[in-house]
Amino acid sequence: MTVTKKKAPSKSTGKANGSIKRRAKPKIAVWKFASCDGCQLSLLGCEDDLLDVVGEIEIAYFLEATTTVVKGPYDISFVEGSITTDHDVHRIRKIRQQSKKLITIGACATSGGIQALRNFADVDDYIRAVYARPDFITTLRTSTPIQEHVPVDYELRGCPINKAELLEVINATLNNRVPNIAHTSQCVECKKKGTVCLMVAKGIPCLGPVTHTGCGNLCPSTDRGCFGCFGPSEAPNGASLGRQLEKLGMTKREVRDFFRSYNANAGAFRKTSEAYD
Amino acid sequence: MRHAIKKKEASCACYSGGADPMHPRPFRVLEIWKELSDTFSMSLTPEDGGPVIFAPGQFNMLYVFGIGEVPISVSGDPTNRSVLIHTTRAVGNVSKALDSLKAGAIVGVRGPYGSEWPLAVAEGTDLVFVAGGIGLAPLRPAIYQAMAERHKYGNIAVLYGARTPEDILFSKELLRWKARFDIDVQVTVDRATGNWQGRVGLVTKLIQSGGFDPMNATAYTCGPEVMMRHVVDSLHERGVPLDHIYLSMERNMKCAVGFCGHCQWGASFICRDGPVFRYDKIVDTLNVREL
Amino acid sequence: MTSSHGAVGQAHSKAHSAKETSIPVGTKVVIDEAGLSALFSRLIKIGYQPIGPKVRDGAVVYEEISSPSDLPVGFSDEQEGGKYRLVPGTKGSFFEYLVGPTSWKKFLFPPRHKMWSADRDGKGFTVENPTDDAPAYAFIGVRSCELNAMKIQDKVFGFGREDKCGAGIFSDPGYVARRSKALIIGVNCSRAGKTCFCSSMGGDPHMKEGQGYDLTLTEFAPSNGKHEFMMEVGSERGALILDLLPHREARSADVSMADSQARKARGEMGRKMVPDVKDVLPRNLRHQRWDEVAERCLSCANCTMVCPTCFCSTVNDTTDLKGDHAERWRSWDSCFSIDFSYIHGGAIRRETKSRYRQWMTHKLSNWHEQYGTSGCVGCGRCITWCPVGIDITEEAKAIKNTGE
Repeated sequence: MTVTKKKAPSKSTGKANGSIKRRAKPKIAVWKFASCDGCQLSLLGCEDDLLDVVGEIEIAYFLEATTTVVKGPYDISFVEGSITTDHDVHRIRKIRQQSKKLITIGACATSGGIQALRNFADVDDYIRAVYARPDFITTLRTSTPIQEHVPVDYELRGCPINKAELLEVINATLNNRVPNIAHTSQCVECKKKGTVCLMVAKGIPCLGPVTHTGCGNLCPSTDRGCFGCFGPSEAPNGASLGRQLEKLGMTKREVRDFFRSYNANAGAFRKTSEAYD
Repeated sequence: MRHAIKKKEASCACYSGGADPMHPRPFRVLEIWKELSDTFSMSLTPEDGGPVIFAPGQFNMLYVFGIGEVPISVSGDPTNRSVLIHTTRAVGNVSKALDSLKAGAIVGVRGPYGSEWPLAVAEGTDLVFVAGGIGLAPLRPAIYQAMAERHKYGNIAVLYGARTPEDILFSKELLRWKARFDIDVQVTVDRATGNWQGRVGLVTKLIQSGGFDPMNATAYTCGPEVMMRHVVDSLHERGVPLDHIYLSMERNMKCAVGFCGHCQWGASFICRDGPVFRYDKIVDTLNVREL
Repeated sequence: MTSSHGAVGQAHSKAHSAKETSIPVGTKVVIDEAGLSALFSRLIKIGYQPIGPKVRDGAVVYEEISSPSDLPVGFSDEQEGGKYRLVPGTKGSFFEYLVGPTSWKKFLFPPRHKMWSADRDGKGFTVENPTDDAPAYAFIGVRSCELNAMKIQDKVFGFGREDKCGAGIFSDPGYVARRSKALIIGVNCSRAGKTCFCSSMGGDPHMKEGQGYDLTLTEFAPSNGKHEFMMEVGSERGALILDLLPHREARSADVSMADSQARKARGEMGRKMVPDVKDVLPRNLRHQRWDEVAERCLSCANCTMVCPTCFCSTVNDTTDLKGDHAERWRSWDSCFSIDFSYIHGGAIRRETKSRYRQWMTHKLSNWHEQYGTSGCVGCGRCITWCPVGIDITEEAKAIKNTGE
């Protein structure tokens, strides 16, 4: 069906038909905190799509990709990594001040990451065990997500993030849309894709029912239970899943550790694992 | 695959013209004007030159290219067959995008959808319109219609409550209506600011003193759900029978044509069975939390 | 409505040569494995894409198949709340399995589907329909409960119904097109599982005449080198297909064998729905049981995804990076998501109990008012595929027994 306007534009419409006003290229910065760089690599991994993205933005700060640094303020800052030092706390505040929009990417930035395992232990023990000269190390006792320190406009989950979702967030932000990213459980994605439920059909433990969708079904579609890279879904019931995992033969300790990994510090996962301490 | 817009039968008022109810019909923005700090109105006219037909209380899905679609009640005059007027708050991405459009821009329109404020059933009775905040917008077409056929009704009362004097929607129009002798307009605010000389208090207070015969009145209310509940209580206390009270409900809506399931409220689809309901038919549903 | 629907006949006659058949609707014949192979070849030859059961990743799923060897040969299954296992069945049997995690809705109402695309055009935009390249499906192995589910979704999406836009009654052109083209070859259930309860939802493990199939099969389990299927003709286009297959007339022994199979399956139903659930639920919207089930419910939405009648969807508007090309997509959504009920500032159904209540009361009660039928066909998928095994029949019973 064609619903095009057939009439010539009225006087008030001004310019000739077909002229599309180009928007100004937004200045983008990509920042790193405590993390493995994997999420930044997801951006570089966008390959052909990245060329299109670069055509629409100005990369003002992205050390992983270029040494050119353009001063702030920035239209959009992407932040990878968690806050683990005093210096981080100071730096993220400055970044926030210079950024119109701040988008956190990945499990570290959105929940504290794997390094948040320290939140469940004595960080001094860790330091003594790892470093030859513990006295050289200054660090916070916890690893915390960015939004515990500054307001965040959008959080993109994943360890690492899914590049299609990253492109969607960039696309939506450039076009003033709300990103088309669901916050349902991993199960919804499995079912839409036709992946057979491992837990029901094979008795394989899976965090899918309480995990945020978005990875593209990586583990369940290769015969592995989900291990929660994308953190808790919007309405997780960890306690009930924990009971089911025990029924499938997991020990209490295994259930605890299952919930305590890449998103150990994320609200619902933390609560569930602590109940198994 | 492109095909021309199917000509609709005269009896069908849908704008979605073609075979697919999810297809928007292009309308041109004539004008956009600010009503309040966060509220604006826009007038639209169909690009295909067809008529604008809707009943008071109905809504349209407005689509901004590339940004999304939102349901918004019609706030204009139902007797004007060439211009469609919508009033809404710029709160989400889509409504903000609508607000930022310029005259001449094209938006997609699907609709009109939903049930109407039934005025025909109220002939010979007093009419009471009770609105809160932006809730005056969906009621305005009904008020226009009632005034256009003034002889059909007894007293007409428009009772309106806003948070502050700065939040009074259509304030000039309210004053114009107030200046007429044949309609009783009363406005109250929750909180007085500046040199507000008018009433302060809840809109339910206006119901207690409003000039209408409760035993022979039909009431139409629109506003936040909590307000409407209190309005219904006050109307009922004054003696308005429950089956003479109509209210307009709101729920998440994605398709507006009964497919997406989002707007379900009890057994009703708000897009189809609502948004306007007769109170006695939904009283059980309205009183259950999180339904 | 049945598949002898006008539009269907039309779509079919395209695929067929304009042949006539003397086989009347209602005819019962018997075919063997060779006949079944011939059925597949015939369907493919006249342009159908056969879709049917196949073993993948430890379950029977519905996918494209091309011959009887693709079927779950020799497989059966065991199902319980939260548990599904493929197990060896009668050697050489094709249809001993019961319904698995997929349902036919994924073909008629795809999980993700482009509704239209649009391009900027000056200040306006041009909307274009996507080409619907869905083939004419031949669904092989549709169970009685599944056909009932399809007929329920027909009501939702307006197949066989006139639009009344003034009353807000619309049809979904994509669904109607796919459904009109689809050929339905049913299979009667030779047994019932532990999560089956079609009998208490007004269904039956065996198809009834006029239920809406084109052809339907009853498998007589292979024994002594004999493997036969009784085939019943449900429509003229079914008859046209049968006409070209090697077959023999069904004898009374065949018919009584099928009947005794149906009786056996009826007797095996593992679950039962309380009969007056439609009226019980609305009286008990504040029942404590909703809190109790919320303790167990994962809010994962599996029940709605596997349900063959659940139809909720969301609509997403997308753009290209430049913002000059836009698309509208529809994808499956679930009343178990919080976003589902979001309106400016917050969701209506924030608590799990409210969302579970919405699903269950809609399915078993409100559906009657909306579509004149229950939304449940008793297939048991929501019980089997709930990771924690919540049982809709058990919940209904508990509310009835302790409620108002």
